[in-house]
Amino acid sequence: MPRKLMKGNYAAVYGAILAGCKAYYGYPITPASEIAESASALFPKFGRTFVQSESEVSAINMVYGAAGCGQRVMTGSSGPGISLKQEGISYCAGSALPCVIVDIMRGGPGLGNIGPEQSDYNQVVKGGGHGNYKVVVLAPNSAQEMCDLTMLAFELADKYRNPVFVLTDGVIGQMMEAVELPEPVKELPDKSDWAVYGTADSRHLINSIYLDHDDLEWWNRELAKKYETIQKNEVRVEEYMMDDAEIVAIGYGSCSRVIRSAVDLARERGIKLGMFRPITLFPFPVKEIAKFPDRGLKGILTVEMSDGQLVDDVNLALKGKMISDLYNRMGGNVPTALEILEKISELYGV
Amino acid sequence: MAQKTVLRKPKGFIDVYKHKPGAEKDRTHYCPGCGHGILHKLIAEALEDYDIVEKTIVISPVGCSVFAYYYFDTGNIQVAHGRAPAVATAVSRANPDSVVISYQGDGDLAAIGGNNILQAANRGENVVVFFVNNAIYGMTGGQMAPTTLLGQKTTTTPYGRNPQTDGYPLQMCEIINQLTAPVFVTRTSLHDMPNIRKTRAAVRKGIKNAMDKKGFSFVEVLSMCPSGWKMDAVPAQEWIKENMLPRFPLGTLRDISEEAPAIERPVPVMDADEVKKILGYGAFSDSNLEKNPDAAFNKVALRVAGFGGQGIMSTGIALANVGMEYGYNVSWLPSYGPEMRGGTANCSVKIQGDTIGASECTEPNMIIAMNQPSLEKFEKILIPDGVIIYNSTLIDIEPTRRDVKVYNVPITGIADELGDTRFQSMVNVGAFAAVTGMFDPGEIQGLMSSLFAGKPESVIKLNEKAVQRGYNYVKDNFS
Ligand code: SF4
Repeated sequence: MPRKLMKGNYAAVYGAILAGCKAYYGYPITPASEIAESASALFPKFGRTFVQSESEVSAINMVYGAAGCGQRVMTGSSGPGISLKQEGISYCAGSALPCVIVDIMRGGPGLGNIGPEQSDYNQVVKGGGHGNYKVVVLAPNSAQEMCDLTMLAFELADKYRNPVFVLTDGVIGQMMEAVELPEPVKELPDKSDWAVYGTADSRHLINSIYLDHDDLEWWNRELAKKYETIQKNEVRVEEYMMDDAEIVAIGYGSCSRVIRSAVDLARERGIKLGMFRPITLFPFPVKEIAKFPDRGLKGILTVEMSDGQLVDDVNLALKGKMISDLYNRMGGNVPTALEILEKISELYGV
Repeated sequence: MAQKTVLRKPKGFIDVYKHKPGAEKDRTHYCPGCGHGILHKLIAEALEDYDIVEKTIVISPVGCSVFAYYYFDTGNIQVAHGRAPAVATAVSRANPDSVVISYQGDGDLAAIGGNNILQAANRGENVVVFFVNNAIYGMTGGQMAPTTLLGQKTTTTPYGRNPQTDGYPLQMCEIINQLTAPVFVTRTSLHDMPNIRKTRAAVRKGIKNAMDKKGFSFVEVLSMCPSGWKMDAVPAQEWIKENMLPRFPLGTLRDISEEAPAIERPVPVMDADEVKKILGYGAFSDSNLEKNPDAAFNKVALRVAGFGGQGIMSTGIALANVGMEYGYNVSWLPSYGPEMRGGTANCSVKIQGDTIGASECTEPNMIIAMNQPSLEKFEKILIPDGVIIYNSTLIDIEPTRRDVKVYNVPITGIADELGDTRFQSMVNVGAFAAVTGMFDPGEIQGLMSSLFAGKPESVIKLNEKAVQRGYNYVKDNFS
């Protein structure tokens, strides 16, 4: 299979092209800028639209417009830019518009720094804008997955008429790996029953206003039903050395890569460590994690590059039957495999 | 009172306002005497007369015209406050043959969406903007607008607009007219029949421009808001004449619609084979080089470090590329951001047969140090029995580690001999090949044309030499 060495950020744009994304609207921000840069290089080659928007806010509103016209459309950014986009994302969710947003997380709060962090977890996974809505969140941990999960993001966005995030950290965005480029998507879904094309039959209304309280409550319940379906159907996880694991380390993105290294090291030392990696953060693998207490584990360690944002969800899933410990680094620091092993030995005496 | 007869609505309007909640589906939500209804009618008539109702898309803003979509029998998109021009941009790009109308009030366009309107105008998007200026926020109950007149009392300027605290009424036409791209910029009013007629002409001109793909048209319309101004309909018309006209003079500031060329948008390429061709699938690596089973290394965790400009990143990328051609899993992670601009740079390279975990080499088994500070920094984290390749041209203090293997290679010197310091990266690659036994220099040279795709033949040749020299130096001095 032909492979090409590329940064995760580029791979996301290749994935978009392959998925039939017709337009990219975005604003530069480190460490996500290569997404806009490579989109500006690639999209025009296909006669597709690239616009460097005047702001993050306008980028997401352009996405809203393109999505309303039935196009597969993408934007990309990092923490501060995502904060700015939240209103627009809420509109997309409220109007049931499929779109893909890539977030290459950096250090916060405020201007923070441009090092890798995972501190957008809450603002992305919990639907950071106003109103009751959720977005599907895919968390790639390699350049290959930046391509593959971006393609999947478009598919899920259309399937559920909902915004989908590709959420990862600066390490995955900036890292180069060999990527096997898949076949381009051959057929795009039919959206003629709702999208606006500027034709007689497509005089539809894209809208999130429901003035009547009962109507808006109905709409919220419809959305809730959709999220339930997504929760039921779309959970994706990766496990490594979990069969005989006595200790489980949970993490996504870069952290899962470090956990994999830690598992290898641990096994060399005779410690039965396993890796559990949520690939979807919404839907979160609640059921899978809820089974951990029955396995007679010595411990569960959540590893994240944020201040306990992920471990909160792990513990919610554990329902108090066990409590996950936390090992985290922040500010642009990435945990190391040795640090994880030290923490495990300190916590569980192995 | 006699029953009024509606002869017929223009076709631009929906016959029964089905999107409007409640029982009154035959009348608008606007107050009596409001200018919006008049402007809506002028637009709807134009859509019918030009026979473009079906290909028109109306963007409804936030403000009193938030429900514009109740009325127009077109495609309708309701949007966030101020963002109509951004949404219109994408709608027009997505449907280049449609007529896109962005309808906005003064708070929406000139306050919260001030940047959006300027930038869409500056890009010359093929959109017609109808800007309703009534000097007040109607929908939210009469607060100050960016176009509120000096001294005008509103619910947030209860003592009158004071320029020292609230600034001056924004003249949007004049601002838009500063830009190069717009083709039609005009201001009209709805306060009496002659001016309604002029507005009608302006509406048609703007819509015609969008039909003809002429680009950006901006039609500002002074409009009555009796409710916001707390007066009756007739005095409201007078109020425009007396108070708004002096600050917002009527007339066309620009009309270059005739000579403006039609905007052309490309047709997207979606065919799978064509997409693969453009992405260059044929040129990708097919990893057909055979791994050396006797190599000294089969799992590399390498740090390359030095000053910015010493080929640090390109060394790492080249090694990862070559590793990929041999079918290894590879990863390359740069130190990124301001650190790079400060002068020092380093990257992590992993090359191994099995799945790569962490991509940052926190415990490398090899380092290539191009300068003294890098050597000092990274030899500390090298694992026992690891390998140091260091640039002996620039580093004259030996590594302190005694439990590792050291190769001092005059990397810069060799590159300079070849005529350019930039050949350092390939000297590194050659030295790496010799130290690890993972790659064959001849095979690396075979990859050069793809590694340096687009570079002149002479550069490729010299880089091939650099690989060989780096390789030979290690073989000659350390075996
Ligand atoms: S508040 Fe003013 S602008 Fe709004 S509908 Fe009433 S009169 Fe028209």
